[in-house]
Amino acid sequence: MKILVPLKRVCDPDNANKVKVSGDGKAVTSEGLEWKPNPFDEYAVEAALRLNENAAKNEKLGEIVVCSIGVADVAQTIRQALAMGADRGILVTADDGALESTVVARALKALVEKEKPDLVLMGKQTVDGDSNAVGQMLAEMLGWPMATFVASISTSDGGKSLNVKREVDMGVVTLKVTTPAVVTVDLRIVSPEAVKNGATPDSHKYNEGPRYASLKGIMQAKKKKIDQLELPALGSDATPATTYPRFELPPARSGSCTFVESVDALVDKLKNQAKAF
Amino acid sequence: MALDNESLDQLIKGVRRFVKERLVPLEAQVAETDEVPSEIIREMGEMGLFGMSVPEQYGGLGLNAEEEMAIAFEMGQTSPAFRSKIGTNVGIGSQGIVLDGTEEQKEKYLPKIASGEIIASFALTEPDAGSDAGAQKTTAIRDGDSYILNGTKRFITNAPEAGLFTVFARTDPQSKGTKGVSAFLVESGVPGLSLGKNDVKMGQRGAHTCDVIFDDCRVPASALLGGVEGQGFKTAMKTLDRGRLHIAAVCTGIAERLIRDSLAYAMERKQFGRPIAEFQLIQDMLAQSRTEAYAARCMVMETAKKRDAGENVSTEASCCKLFCTEMVGRVADRAVQIYGGAGYVAEYGIERFYRDVRLFRLYEGTSEIQKLVIARNMIRGAS
Ligand SMILES: Cc1cc2nc3c(=O)[nH]c(=O)nc-3n(C[C@H](O)[C@H](O)[C@H](O)COP(=O)(O)OP(=O)(O)OC[C@H]3O[C@@H](n4cnc5c(N)ncnc54)[C@H](O)[C@@H]3O)c2cc1C
Repeated sequence: MKILVPLKRVCDPDNANKVKVSGDGKAVTSEGLEWKPNPFDEYAVEAALRLNENAAKNEKLGEIVVCSIGVADVAQTIRQALAMGADRGILVTADDGALESTVVARALKALVEKEKPDLVLMGKQTVDGDSNAVGQMLAEMLGWPMATFVASISTSDGGKSLNVKREVDMGVVTLKVTTPAVVTVDLRIVSPEAVKNGATPDSHKYNEGPRYASLKGIMQAKKKKIDQLELPALGSDATPATTYPRFELPPARSGSCTFVESVDALVDKLKNQAKAF
Repeated sequence: MALDNESLDQLIKGVRRFVKERLVPLEAQVAETDEVPSEIIREMGEMGLFGMSVPEQYGGLGLNAEEEMAIAFEMGQTSPAFRSKIGTNVGIGSQGIVLDGTEEQKEKYLPKIASGEIIASFALTEPDAGSDAGAQKTTAIRDGDSYILNGTKRFITNAPEAGLFTVFARTDPQSKGTKGVSAFLVESGVPGLSLGKNDVKMGQRGAHTCDVIFDDCRVPASALLGGVEGQGFKTAMKTLDRGRLHIAAVCTGIAERLIRDSLAYAMERKQFGRPIAEFQLIQDMLAQSRTEAYAARCMVMETAKKRDAGENVSTEASCCKLFCTEMVGRVADRAVQIYGGAGYVAEYGIERFYRDVRLFRLYEGTSEIQKLVIARNMIRGAS
């Protein structure tokens, strides 16, 4: 099947404490921070690769296109997905500041109409904005079935539908969606047996987590095609529906660590000092 | 072909991530069990690490020296036992074939070496031929379409796992010294080839060495490396020459890891009411280690660039091996000192590195032998 995976780069989440806010509070500054693919998007790439391969025979079964909307440097993030095994990329250049969920969803809709994938597989949210909106908006705009926070996928009807499991507060919901569809994935989609595609033997166990790009894959990624176009060329409406008037850093933590002598002393402190119960 | 900066950067980051997420957490386990899990070896294969120095046309990555050293710096950031698993395929086990093998030998073995499907070992050292590698006693006597090998090889890295040995043996039993030595590609499992018990070593548990014994071991004439007799010693020296820079880079990586760990510990550990990092005598050790590791990195990169530019770097590579292997010993010693009692206790892993790095001054030419090579080249160049 043909899968489109939208991908966003974010500041290295391990260095989130180094994110700063500009003096006027109007923007987040990211100078000196390393860029990484949004982890949930990377999980989506991994899930797409698992859906489109026979892992036992090392065979590819379909096309995976990764796309991103952002500044020209985002090509590097796209290439990381190409190094993992995706086939080609699309980069829609736009100023980061001009992007918010609606603009992105509209641009993706235009890309979907152009590429006609069987499935849009994406992260449930980005770890920078945490909006958790684009997948839902896109499905609505396309009028496609949608499944969010997906923790496992297995194909049925020869790939024409997907049985997905979503983890919710009270348990697990199983949904059957017919393709074309929009599916957003959660962390557990990269657990060893989360994706079953009918080609890779059901007994196959993947390594936990997104795969490491092989060194050869990295070297070949440079040769794979990335189509580049500017946002206006997509013809989608680029007027933001929301704007960010102000950013503030969380207050500095004043917490300190004290050692207590006994469990009784701990219970006493929790109860009377921290008022935890 | 040299990689562009972005691809090299990705290559380095890919290995860095693998080392950090997959290898570092297993360090204590590998030391305890004396075994690198087979799953990790498979993953290293999938990443392509076994094939770094095998040319692309034979299924490897064909990295140039600068690229290979950049990866070796990263592989150095964890227990050297992991690096040892790929070490012989990248270095001494494959380079004899790359440098002097026939086309047929290259096609037969290199793709499998590059993928890690076979482990390649290098069998030069003997009980009576260590630094004096020319004193080979193992013989290979021509008998019709075969050679018959007799002799014992000692301390052979990865021999217990090896599928292929590059074996050095005297084809001319009358000859003395370096002449009359030839190299053979011997597959494991052939009759007459047996292995000794695994050596119990000071460190680098998880990496194995043992004796390789040839007792009327018959190999086809096509096993003669390069198809010519008497070239073996030259092949051995060229192979070792290439590997020296790699060892130097690995030592640099380990030193950097130890410095990072010591710094973190020194900033955390408090005595006399302050972090010990604030004491100038601790700072002295940190600064010395940092300076030496930086010098090491610079000399390795400089030498790699020269080699990529086609220069003969025999002297420089020996300088690198000598300096970096001795340097990491000093850095490990200071790390133990900075950690204090914790540095001596197994739980912190510092004493393990201290033992692990001791090896580097011994194999692939001892420090003394590096000095001989350097001085000999100097004198030769001046006369
Ligand atoms: C863990 C391990 C892995 C190894 N892996 C391999 C392998 O894969 N393949 C392989 O072929 N070999 C391997 N070796 C062997 C290694 O290369 C030799 O041990 C090394 O070359 C030194 O030889 P030796 O042990 O015989 O020491 P010796 O040569 O006996 O040296 C003893 C001491 O004398 C010094 N010395 C010797 N000659 C001189 C001189 N002319 N001038 C000044 N000083 C001198 C040495 O520097 C050393 O300090 C391995 C060794 C170890 C310990």
